Amino acid sequence: MSDSASGFKWVGTRPVRPDGLDKVTGRANFGADFTMPGMLVGRILRSPHAHARVAGIDASAALAVPGVKAVVTAEDFPEIPDGDLMVGEGPMNFRDLSCNVMARGKVLYDGHPVAAVAATSRAAAEEALDRIRVDYEVLPHVVDVLEAMEPGAPLLHENLFTEGVDPKPDRPSNVASRVEFSLGDVEAGFAEADVVVEGEYTTEAVHQGYIEPHAAVASVGEDGHCTVWCSSQGQFMVRAYCAKLLGVENSRIRVIPSEIGGGFGGKTTIYVEPVALALSRKAGRPVKIVMDRDEVFRATGPTSSTHVKVRIGATKDGRITAGDTELRYQAGAFSGSPVQLGCMTAFAPYHLDHVRAVGYDVVVNRPKCAAYRAPGAPMAAFGVESALDELAGKLGMDPLELRLANAAREGTKAAYGPRFRQIGYVETVEAALAHEHYRAALGPNQGRGVASGFWFNIGGQSSAAVHVNEDGTAVVVDPNPDIGGSRASMAIMAAEVLGIDYDRVRPIVPDTSSIPYSDMTGGSRVTFAVGMAVVEAAKQVVEELRSRAAKVWDVDVDGVVWENGEARPASSNVGEFEPLSLAALAEGSAKTGGPISGQATINARGAGPGFGTHVCDVEVDPDTGRVTVLRYTAVQDVGRAIHPSYVEGQLQGGAAQGIGWALNEEYVYSEAGTLENPGFLDYRVPVASDLPMIDTVLVEVPNPRHPYGVRGVGEVPIIPPLAAVANAIRHACGTRMNHLPASPPRLLAALDAAKLPEAAD
Amino acid sequence: MRSIQYEAPATVDEAVARLAEAGDKARPLAGGTDLIVQMRSRLISPEVIVDVKNIPELLQVSEEGGGFRVGAAVPGAVLGENEAVVAMWPGVVEAFELIGSTQIQGRASLGGNLCNGSPAADSTPAMIAAGVTCEIAGPNGRREAPVEDLVTAPGETSLGRGELVVSFFLPPRPARTGDAYLRFIPRTEMDIAVVGVGVCVTLDDGGTCTGARVGLGAVAPRPLLVPAAADALVGTRLDDGAMANLAAAASAACNPIDDKRGTKTYRIKVAGVLARRAAGIASERARSN
Ligand SMILES: Cc1cc2nc3c(=O)[nH]c(=O)nc-3n(C[C@H](O)[C@H](O)[C@H](O)COP(=O)(O)OP(=O)(O)OC[C@H]3O[C@@H](n4cnc5c(N)ncnc54)[C@H](O)[C@@H]3O)c2cc1C
Repeated sequence: MSDSASGFKWVGTRPVRPDGLDKVTGRANFGADFTMPGMLVGRILRSPHAHARVAGIDASAALAVPGVKAVVTAEDFPEIPDGDLMVGEGPMNFRDLSCNVMARGKVLYDGHPVAAVAATSRAAAEEALDRIRVDYEVLPHVVDVLEAMEPGAPLLHENLFTEGVDPKPDRPSNVASRVEFSLGDVEAGFAEADVVVEGEYTTEAVHQGYIEPHAAVASVGEDGHCTVWCSSQGQFMVRAYCAKLLGVENSRIRVIPSEIGGGFGGKTTIYVEPVALALSRKAGRPVKIVMDRDEVFRATGPTSSTHVKVRIGATKDGRITAGDTELRYQAGAFSGSPVQLGCMTAFAPYHLDHVRAVGYDVVVNRPKCAAYRAPGAPMAAFGVESALDELAGKLGMDPLELRLANAAREGTKAAYGPRFRQIGYVETVEAALAHEHYRAALGPNQGRGVASGFWFNIGGQSSAAVHVNEDGTAVVVDPNPDIGGSRASMAIMAAEVLGIDYDRVRPIVPDTSSIPYSDMTGGSRVTFAVGMAVVEAAKQVVEELRSRAAKVWDVDVDGVVWENGEARPASSNVGEFEPLSLAALAEGSAKTGGPISGQATINARGAGPGFGTHVCDVEVDPDTGRVTVLRYTAVQDVGRAIHPSYVEGQLQGGAAQGIGWALNEEYVYSEAGTLENPGFLDYRVPVASDLPMIDTVLVEVPNPRHPYGVRGVGEVPIIPPLAAVANAIRHACGTRMNHLPASPPRLLAALDAAKLPEAAD
Repeated sequence: MRSIQYEAPATVDEAVARLAEAGDKARPLAGGTDLIVQMRSRLISPEVIVDVKNIPELLQVSEEGGGFRVGAAVPGAVLGENEAVVAMWPGVVEAFELIGSTQIQGRASLGGNLCNGSPAADSTPAMIAAGVTCEIAGPNGRREAPVEDLVTAPGETSLGRGELVVSFFLPPRPARTGDAYLRFIPRTEMDIAVVGVGVCVTLDDGGTCTGARVGLGAVAPRPLLVPAAADALVGTRLDDGAMANLAAAASAACNPIDDKRGTKTYRIKVAGVLARRAAGIASERARSN
């Protein structure tokens, strides 16, 4: 098992994940799996309108249905003043969150909750929903980002004034804010250019597509203490958000995390949890709410549809002189699209002296956007990386060579502020150039595209504990819900520090009262930041073990070293002692000072940015517009892969989601502003047979600020695919798809439009 | 609160009696892969469910008069393993086997696919092209009807009160005849046809087409038999000109809607493309028969 080249015994190996067997045998407990005696079924009544004033709600007939125990509406939640509040993770507008969880006065999108029922059976709850009378005054609606920015557009919020513009506007609009990031002087940069490319790019809203719907069981005791069992990307987030929405203190809520069946950012907020709590509080019994799939699509976090303008100038020899982009992202019904992150990431892979990105955050009558894997970056990269492909064509340059010539390196100042330290972007482009895939022959109607992507990766507040059991095994308490195999990585790092076998380390994800606060699972932070806390806690255990051995031997602790899972005398000067294994020290711990454990709380800094470069081959059927992805290679700087299989899995999963975004996934709205495809039949994520095996190349440029060199890896791989696929389509058939998804009807229409001038000749 | 009555009769007569009694409130249940999905999503709420999967006649596959009789509730997985049927009518079987996934194939039936009344049902255009007929049992006895006469509008059929499709008759295949079915879906599986085309052609010894049938799905309110598309082939040697005429006739027969699955223009064009491609496969098969 040991990797002698790296000097590690466990880091870099591929043991079976601790949660694997339970998952493949159906034993693992997900959000919907928990039940309690006396538990009621909660169901949510949702708006059938895109935009309407709620003039009144009459639930009397619903309450008369046998078995119905409670009905709640916005009246059952405290009204929260507008404005941001700080909680563990950062600022949050709890008024918006509350109004999203249960509409107050107005419904803002198809699927917006207006009331909820708890009953003894699902049938009773549904009958009650049918009997709630909601008096709607339907208002004009807007779902398109550009239309929402027009002066006469239907207004979602009368109190929304664009931030970030001077002077502050005196009239409300749907534009929540304007942001700008720039470096140098773009117009001066364009003046130096020999060649300028310009384009407009649009993407449709896409959903994270996690298989597990949102689900929670909530129980409020007679004394007001609450327990919530649910699937989320952060039990501490659920606790803080529910506490604010219900107007109680954190200490009154305990959140017990279940296994999570996918999140991809979509479970970084709450939907059903506070509703289940409010129902339980009113009914005096535990309440379970499990969303149906259509509820997931209609009312939970898709990401923005976007409109992106890009202009890039370069000299004849391929030096980029200026990059300029304008991004318009819709946020859904409440402000907070990821447009700022789009601005910050758009040109980040490149060393540019003159660069500018301007973004607009726009509200529309759609569900409030939630984070989706590298929030905001894929759409910006779609524009920039497509434009770079055009530029390479105009310059007659290989598109990877163009990227290499302008690549960000150590010392490059990014437009969003920082100067990069050690980064591995160049290495990813070089690895792609050197890959056999890049030179493989292509047939008729086939084409190859490349694209790159950048993601910050974050650190943040993290905790962890390592407990040594009496028999010499260990428990790693890892406070972050495991969505990508992180428990395996935590166990590997702990085993490496402790010097014991991976199989003797058992990681668990605890509830909110069993470990100090930790930020959510997100931002590609867990293996990096929580991993650092685990390493620190394990090191504390090692220190403790050394001091216990020193006690046994009656020597100074400096005379004890920890090697290979045992305490040894540092030199013969210390004395002649048989080594003491971890198991031996654990067994004797009662005599040396009691149980042995370590606990770390940190605010991790120094997350190394990540870069990836993807190569994609497609074939286009010119008569039907169908695109088949023939071959796909994802190259990424991963710092160091603690468990390479799960790192590869991240690259493959990100690429698969990006390909879905590029080819078929999209939210389709009717004229009335209702969602037409709230299910996996017509919201088309790729199925297994749609994709080739995604090849991965792990480039390892270790992050100097992590004990094992870890960089976050989960988000980068969803950034390049949109443009990689679009560029491949362009090279396969000559048509550039500026509007994604390049679904067959859209691509065929574009192909036919391109043929028209020919036919006229 | 609603309750549902579940019946599992062992004979056709009993099933017909139960269905006739309850009328509109009853639904036959075969594989349930449409019915139960529609009930769960509250699109329909039948009060009586008559499970037909216990009636031997609906589960049999047997030779008859040189062709095959296939029970209306026979699942795709079973028909797909019947080598004799696959050899005779590969287009019908491949259409049936396109439905859903391995799990769905264990339940889904030809009867359900047809009687669900979807214009996009995969096996229907293939059965129309192959000239398949169905035997229908009802309160007034049995009758035979061509498959193309069954569906009248989305979700609606020509079946009367208490009527049940008992079986399908796949006729004996004439010499030098081949059938094929192609559908267009944006994915590779687990999808609903945006266009479906079944083609059957018969050639003479010299390779001239002497007979043809073309069935179209998902391009009109109901699956269509398109005589004009067949006429474009009959009398030709299936040369490029004939294929272009076939494509034009297939496109001309379309009367589709714009929806989330495809635009009108798209469906019309792709119907022609698939007709040509399916005719190519069918004629290959005809030549080797
Ligand atoms: C995941 C999934 C994928 C699918 N993929 C496809 C696909 O690719 N292509 C496709 O065409 N369909 C597809 N379907 C739809 C469905 O599977 C097919 O239409 C299937 O053939 C229905 O057969 P069944 O036996 O399950 O019908 P049931 O659901 O049992 O019945 C369907 C309807 O027909 C009626 N009925 C059934 N049998 C009879 C009878 N003998 N006489 C009179 N009425 C009867 C029922 O009352 C009901 O109204 C899919 C469904 C699912 C859930």
